Amino acid sequence: MSEHTLTSPEVSFAAKPSSGTKRIWNVFWLLSFITVIELVLGFGLAKHWYGSAGMILFIKGVICILSLAKAYYIVSVFMHLGDEIRNFIMTIVVPLLLFIWFIAAFLWDGNSWKVLRNTDAGSRTEQKATPAAKPEGAKD
Amino acid sequence: MATAAIPTGMKWWNGGRSPFNASYGKVMMWYFLMSDAFTFGAFLISYGTIRFSVNYWPDPNQVFNAFPGFGHQDLPLAFVSLMTFILIASSVTMVLAVHEGHHMNRKGVEKYMLMTIVGGLAFLACQAWEWTHLLTGEHISLMENGTLAAIPTTVSGNPWGAAVPHEAMLAALQKTPHDQLVSIAGSLHHAGGAHHDMSKMADGELINMIRAANVHVTLPGPRAFGGYFFGITGFHGFHVFSGVVINVIMYLKAKWGHFDQRGHYEMIEKTGLYWHFVDLVWVFVFLCFYLI
Repeated sequence: MSEHTLTSPEVSFAAKPSSGTKRIWNVFWLLSFITVIELVLGFGLAKHWYGSAGMILFIKGVICILSLAKAYYIVSVFMHLGDEIRNFIMTIVVPLLLFIWFIAAFLWDGNSWKVLRNTDAGSRTEQKATPAAKPEGAKD
Repeated sequence: MATAAIPTGMKWWNGGRSPFNASYGKVMMWYFLMSDAFTFGAFLISYGTIRFSVNYWPDPNQVFNAFPGFGHQDLPLAFVSLMTFILIASSVTMVLAVHEGHHMNRKGVEKYMLMTIVGGLAFLACQAWEWTHLLTGEHISLMENGTLAAIPTTVSGNPWGAAVPHEAMLAALQKTPHDQLVSIAGSLHHAGGAHHDMSKMADGELINMIRAANVHVTLPGPRAFGGYFFGITGFHGFHVFSGVVINVIMYLKAKWGHFDQRGHYEMIEKTGLYWHFVDLVWVFVFLCFYLI
């Protein structure tokens, strides 16, 4: 057992705390760097740098993945979850996997509502309502 | 971080010790944060569902393009970048406070807790400015009844719909009643303080004034926009606020020597978990409302 005090009688061992703060600062610079990249990509969205809808979707996907990377570093290093024992990590992380289904199902559902509304529930071929012709706020 | 070796043949589940090698309080803080993640996740996914279900959604870069002291300049992402960096910086000072706590350095804990509290207050101040700016900043919209009106961004309406063509704007101006013309003209010149004179001006004069100002007119935006924006950023802001309150309490307890008496600074770790969670949620609020 290390010289480090145990915080509670049921805790069996305490990891020796790291002596320096190098890792914390490394993660800080990494998070800042990722945020700057996100901002540059987002600025491109604002200034319409990316032509096609497919390209815009791709850039948005990249930004989402970068955000997940930030989340990983915050949870793993700043919140020290990476230093906990594996079983504990799994009880936190595995339930969060529900989000995969949750996001996919609900966004799919939202898109389905849009299609049903634009086609009068499938009774005619899709006519994309132009926003200028119809005040969207009236319905929502 | 250095890890102690787990003794071979350790019987984790024989009772008397935590199978997760963590105190009850810390384990429960993690499970609380997990449930809170589901709450925020549900809010954000609901927002995404509605956004996917309509043909038009406001461009965040049009809505959030102001910076204090820069008037009407178009500065997309600038202010929210500042807010994001404030929160990242306060996360670092928090983790440094936890680090000092591991080394039983009371002075260090106090210093970094204070810095974290200042960061939290700065973030809240930024959010207060942004909300005020949206709730009071009026833009001209072509309303459903065919008239023009100057409306702010609230939970019941917003001016962030699609742009209205110039001819439609001119036609709508003719139908707009006097008091709405006065308020539109007032929103164009709110720095001038000439509001009292405007109410006495004839409609024709007001219309000429509005036409001369070359105004940008939009349709009202999706009504759900304001509710989701204020609801989710408000819920996050409430977390920041409660985090600041908890941080202040922990700062005082550290200062009064409670953790030195206890022999460990685990409360600072638990507070840190909550504070980092607040930062974590902001990563996704920032993503969903401002970036994409």
